[in-house]
Amino acid sequence: MRQIVWLLFCREWRLAWRRPGDLLNPLVFFALVVSLFPLAVGPEPSMLRAMAPGVIWVAALLATLLSLDGLFRSDYEDGSLEQWVLSPHPLELMVLVKVLHHWLVSGLAMVVLAPLFGMMLALPVSVLPVLVLTLLLGTPILSLLGAVGAALTVGLKSGGVLLALLILPLYIPVLILGTGAMDAALQGMPVTGFMLWLGCLAVLALTLAPFAIAAGLRIGVSE
Amino acid sequence: MKWTFFHKLGSPKWFYDISGRWLPWFAVAAVALLAVGSVWGLFIAPQDYQQGNSFRIIYIHVPAAFVAQSCYVMLAVAGIVSLVWRMKLADVALKCAAPIGAWMTFVALLTGAIWGKPTWGTYWVWDARLTSMLILLFLYFGIIALGQAISNRDTAAKATAVLAIVGTVNIPIIKYSVDWWNTLHQPATFTITEKPAMPVEMWLPLLLMVLGFYALFTVSLFMRMRLEVLHREHKTRWVRDVLEKLS
Amino acid sequence: MYNGARLIQVPVALKYSGRSPVNMSHPPRRFGVKVKPLPVELDGLACERDQRELFASLSLRLEPGEVLQVAGPNGSGKTSLLRIMAGLLSPSAGDMRYGGESVYRGAGRENWRQQRLFIGHAPAVKGALTAEENLAWLCALSNPVTTDQIWQALEQVGLRGFEDVPCHNLSAGQHRRVALARLYLEQHPVWILDEPFTAIDKAGVAALEGHIMQHAEQGGLVIMTTHHGLDHLPGVRCLDLGQVN
Repeated sequence: MRQIVWLLFCREWRLAWRRPGDLLNPLVFFALVVSLFPLAVGPEPSMLRAMAPGVIWVAALLATLLSLDGLFRSDYEDGSLEQWVLSPHPLELMVLVKVLHHWLVSGLAMVVLAPLFGMMLALPVSVLPVLVLTLLLGTPILSLLGAVGAALTVGLKSGGVLLALLILPLYIPVLILGTGAMDAALQGMPVTGFMLWLGCLAVLALTLAPFAIAAGLRIGVSE
Repeated sequence: MKWTFFHKLGSPKWFYDISGRWLPWFAVAAVALLAVGSVWGLFIAPQDYQQGNSFRIIYIHVPAAFVAQSCYVMLAVAGIVSLVWRMKLADVALKCAAPIGAWMTFVALLTGAIWGKPTWGTYWVWDARLTSMLILLFLYFGIIALGQAISNRDTAAKATAVLAIVGTVNIPIIKYSVDWWNTLHQPATFTITEKPAMPVEMWLPLLLMVLGFYALFTVSLFMRMRLEVLHREHKTRWVRDVLEKLS
Repeated sequence: MYNGARLIQVPVALKYSGRSPVNMSHPPRRFGVKVKPLPVELDGLACERDQRELFASLSLRLEPGEVLQVAGPNGSGKTSLLRIMAGLLSPSAGDMRYGGESVYRGAGRENWRQQRLFIGHAPAVKGALTAEENLAWLCALSNPVTTDQIWQALEQVGLRGFEDVPCHNLSAGQHRRVALARLYLEQHPVWILDEPFTAIDKAGVAALEGHIMQHAEQGGLVIMTTHHGLDHLPGVRCLDLGQVN
């Protein structure tokens, strides 16, 4: 079983790096959305600082949704998904590897870029580690939950709006916890509680989401 | 455990016959309970010592909210039955109940906003209850939208079943996080959830209204399901007989 | 609508001689059917798609060494039947058994997944990967294979020299050949092939027919749909899902 995990990871890695545009677009989108807010509400630092946690998190949500839309679609269209469903290996495991690979190339990149945007939005440097940590715990949850939506809509060509409609309500707890942690850090209060809750949600998503994703893919393939 | 009953439950014809017999009773119960409850609650029950007459809207808001939340759980249960036991009737129930639940949520939001005006001065405030209701409305929209987007009926039923189950697992998480978010940002406002112990004259009409709303929900659900069953089984003889009798 | 399938038995004329009709030189097959398949039984299978009943009460028994061609006009349910047999779809009624155990539940399902190879309409070939990488992944889903074996299989389907070409540079027929190279690599006793001859040229069709008959000779089981006539091949059973007017 370890061999199939490694081979799948290599396959996804190769596919991702042969189409680098797909990797960069969500990151550029992330940067654009974050930049829109100072343009919209004015560059005054105190206002930006108050809005910064929310803005960065909402931008991360939307960028993740954008990158997840086509997660399974190309495999569905050329028939690879059928072969995954038919193989003797557990579909849940393969799906988990695929989503985690997707997180590595998109979510992790957002985590690395986030301090830069934090500074652009006038966040004090002391708060930036908390920002990075909340995104580090939160973006896997976003990827996993979003993959559930991507699996359920895999046969549809209707685009990302339906995916957003399905998944955004499920993102709300992560959003609340992430921004809550940031606000607490801005006020100098301890953030361990938030981190533990985020970690809890991450473990829950890691264990339960693959089953929902596999169920969605089986339904899509049996069309 | 009467498995034969359970398997009979899967037959659309059986459901049509049974619901036809029970529907008038539920309808009468709904009308009676709603009439008595609303007259009692809206006119006769004593005024609340803090809010005056405006609190009376809870006689519509609270039952609608209860039905909206339990309807979503019912969607998840129907989803599990549909996926595990492959019961087509559960698909029908899920498809028909989703819009009713969405409307109930909308009514709860509307009455919540109407209540908000005299209590807090604005129509909308980001209170924990109202925000959770809004998120529930979005979850309903998601299920309805997914059901509409997939053209193959059976695939749509299975996909919405999975979505309903995923949503229900998330509902406690969403509720707790919104509650907690509310305490973070609005520590001192009056919350709808905190009520001092209500006297009998106040909660009895509330109970009647809640039961009346559940009866109303059952009536609408049965009517929609009967129509959907007729539509799905339109090629069978029993449906042709029914339609002949009706026309 | 149509209920029940007619089974047409093609009279067995000649024993297959083992020589393919077209002279294509390729090294002798190194992979034979190592494990003889068990009999496959279809028992009252029914399929309903989009509120239409495609077929019902389909019962059949396939012994090792048989080739079954599922024929019928467009829309008669050939692809659906193959997908039901592969396990992608569930039948609306009936069961399918492999060696006596149902393929839709429990241990029988796991066993069936190891034993059957399904190649559907879509060739499962990713454009961004090379032919070799595609095959390495597809075979890894059941049994990993070495690079040498992949090169040999690609040579046998006539793609020698194309091993490291990204597949979006290949034609549709070459895509399908990459997918069909799995038939030369993997060791599944049961093959389920949906329109395998699509986009393949005449020489390739003949070679593939030869390969299929060889597999059947060695005791394997092949179930396929094709619009291509297979009357010239001996011992092919035909299941006609066509309409009865």
